[in-house]
Amino acid sequence: MDIQDLAVDIPAEGEHAMEGIDFITSGEQYLTFLLANEQYAVDILCVEEIRSWEVPTKIPNAPGYIKGVINMRGVIVPIVDLRLKFKIGEANYQETTVVIVLTYNVNDSSRTIGFVVDAVSDVLNVETNEIQNSPAFGGCVQPQYIDGLINVGKNVVTLLNVEQLQKVEQHAATH
Amino acid sequence: MSVDLSQFIPSFLEESFEGLELMESSLLDLKAGDHETIHSIFRAAHSIKGGAGTFGFESVTEFTHLVETLLDEMRDGRREVDPKDIEILLTSVDCMRLLIEAARDDEEYDEEKVNQTTRQLAQTLVNEDGTGESSASVKNSHNNASASDNDTEQLSTFKIHFVPEHNLAKTGNDPLFLFNALADLGELTTIANTSELPALTDIDPQELYLSWDLTLTTTASEADINEVFEWVEDECHLEITKAGDDNSAELAQAEQEPVEVEEPTQESQQQSSPPLPVEADEVAQPADIQKSDSKPKAKAKVEVSSIRVGVDKVDSLINLVGELVITQSMLSELGSDFQMDKLERLTSGLEQLLQNTKELQESVMRIRMLPISFAFNRFPRLVHDLANKTGKEMELVIKGEQTELDKTVMEQIGDPLVHLVRNAVDHGIEPSEVRLANGKSAKGTIALDAYHQGGNIVIEIADDGGGINREKVFAKAVEKGIVEPNSTLNDSQVFDLLFEPGFSTADQVTDISGRGVGMDVVKRNIQSLGGRIQVESTIGEGSCFKVNLPLTLAILDGQLVKVGTETYIIPLISIVESLQVDKELLNKVSGDMTLYRLRDENVPILPVYQLFGLTTDFTEIDNALLVVVEADGQKVGLMVDHLLAQQQVVIKSLKDNYQQVIGISGATILGDGSVAMILDIPGMIQMALSSAQTNPTNGKLRQRNIREHS
Repeated sequence: MDIQDLAVDIPAEGEHAMEGIDFITSGEQYLTFLLANEQYAVDILCVEEIRSWEVPTKIPNAPGYIKGVINMRGVIVPIVDLRLKFKIGEANYQETTVVIVLTYNVNDSSRTIGFVVDAVSDVLNVETNEIQNSPAFGGCVQPQYIDGLINVGKNVVTLLNVEQLQKVEQHAATH
Repeated sequence: MSVDLSQFIPSFLEESFEGLELMESSLLDLKAGDHETIHSIFRAAHSIKGGAGTFGFESVTEFTHLVETLLDEMRDGRREVDPKDIEILLTSVDCMRLLIEAARDDEEYDEEKVNQTTRQLAQTLVNEDGTGESSASVKNSHNNASASDNDTEQLSTFKIHFVPEHNLAKTGNDPLFLFNALADLGELTTIANTSELPALTDIDPQELYLSWDLTLTTTASEADINEVFEWVEDECHLEITKAGDDNSAELAQAEQEPVEVEEPTQESQQQSSPPLPVEADEVAQPADIQKSDSKPKAKAKVEVSSIRVGVDKVDSLINLVGELVITQSMLSELGSDFQMDKLERLTSGLEQLLQNTKELQESVMRIRMLPISFAFNRFPRLVHDLANKTGKEMELVIKGEQTELDKTVMEQIGDPLVHLVRNAVDHGIEPSEVRLANGKSAKGTIALDAYHQGGNIVIEIADDGGGINREKVFAKAVEKGIVEPNSTLNDSQVFDLLFEPGFSTADQVTDISGRGVGMDVVKRNIQSLGGRIQVESTIGEGSCFKVNLPLTLAILDGQLVKVGTETYIIPLISIVESLQVDKELLNKVSGDMTLYRLRDENVPILPVYQLFGLTTDFTEIDNALLVVVEADGQKVGLMVDHLLAQQQVVIKSLKDNYQQVIGISGATILGDGSVAMILDIPGMIQMALSSAQTNPTNGKLRQRNIREHS
């Protein structure tokens, strides 16, 4: 095929949208996932990888929601079950159970932790002004983990604070 | 044209510290008339001075200049090398180290010590130096410093007469760069003197025939101008005159004289370095001095830790990687079209791969290895100083200094070794009279030796002194209440008492040792590195401390054990023995504590499943296995389900992504890709102790386990 033809094949802007792909416009992107029937989201730039559930090696005397550690290409990564941590739904492990591995950088050092969730659902484009403050009452999820709420159609997605999530075991120690 | 000089500072510091070490060791070896050694000391000092000047560490430059002057006199044979001067020079080396460290951390230094040494140096130079020339330069450097304070603000005009030597360009210098640097300081007019220019046919294009008269109007001080010429001051004739101030011209000239002598060091140094960076350094210098001065403290504190690796080690690594690539391509070719008849080739290929990985692992480890001479190097000086202090005669014999050791281990073993050597000098070696009376030579010997033994390195610190008085140690231990008066101990058990906290048999506490703090710390430090220490001693003949250390902290020999579904690794070094339980030797004491009679010792049993809250079928002692481990002198029996293989494991930290876990020293990745925890024996014993002390929780834990397993 000639290079000229290739150029013709590329659709001009606005001519015909590519089906099934929402083109990135602006704002931030968030990965949403399910805990029981509730939707949650984390900043997509923190997501290192999404992997299927595997039985981790137990850490002695760790809190119940810390399932253990796994070997991720030579790096020892702790696994936290968010359903147990937030007391949402049941912690059963099936084929659809996935682990979202998040990396967060704090002053030169980075921490990598895997979080067990029921399923990964979507990637959201959200403008900053679309993020609402969360109501300050109730719920099993401690307020420090929540950054805000996002309305998606009829559903509400809870935006989680990755920085706080990465300190999950420090919170455990103080409890 | 300005180059950020600060990027070179770390290498300057590294080289300076190496230079100081060289100076120190050479000074200790220095004998009268040994010109080669004096030369090398002088070269080291000169490089430090030059570098410090470039980076604007004025305190270092000034001080080193004095040292250099003294060394210069020795080098030229104008001064005899006598022990007193060497003492002063050794103190000077300490001061230089102090100053460089202060410059590195941007901190204050112990001014009194430096001033005192400066005075001593100056005095030595004045007293025994007939010409008085160098004392003038001492004054000068001070004058310069004060002059620079006064002159900074006002505009002044300097006349500079600059006559470079013909071969200036060969050392990588270019007058044009110098003039550019000067022009940066202020307004510059240049008049070239072409009178020495030969006829065109005779000109050697590599030589310089010109000289210049420069007029500079600037706010900069004379010291700033001198700095521009810092690198060429030995290869030119330089006169700096402040307009309307003839006095300073003489001073400036006087200062140049002591160093104007032909200096092979400077030249060789400059020739060996590529010419361009040297010039760049020069020009950027005036601007950069202020920059480095005003640098924030925090930034200066960042220590760069680097290792110098021999090219041969890197080459062997590259070779091995090459082989690995070949093996890999061989295997993938085999795999793309595999039939059963190629099985033999596959096995041999895999064997080759195993070989390659093993060698690769070894060579990577070797990169972290440094010869132990890095740790031993400080001892000649230490023993020299201690000998002076105690008035005992002794010599230090160092063997096996090429034995290699992991860098981390090396850094942590330094202090314990110093302690052991101090002890050997203070307690071990007797005064000469006593030695002679006992039929020994007047001079005591302290021997340091290092060698490999299996996967370990053994460091021996031996002295031929009085040895350890067994009875005295025992009596002292009884007095301190560490042992019972009627207990019977063998020699090694008695000597182990030396490592008890607060134990000292020295009749007199000296400022070197004898306060009883230390030996326990030494033992703890060595144990925290996974090593152990042994003492051998014969009364009247001397003692020997043997330190046994693992070669590296990155790899560990481990015993894999199974508890429930989990696999754990017990460091092989802490295992005393593994055994099947003989029911008759079990004893229950104090309610629920189970002891196992191991020969004459009663070893408490720690069920690992209980400690870590695991479920297992092996909850009864009589069908489980016991791994007897020892830490901090305490033996315990770990109850496990099965013993698996023994293997080397690579230690990975849990702290990177998680946190320290009590009872676990780290994790590792097994052959099947799964993670296994490495047990921290001292931590586990601590765990058991603390749970025994808080009895209610202990009871609860036990109950929970009973419920789970019933």
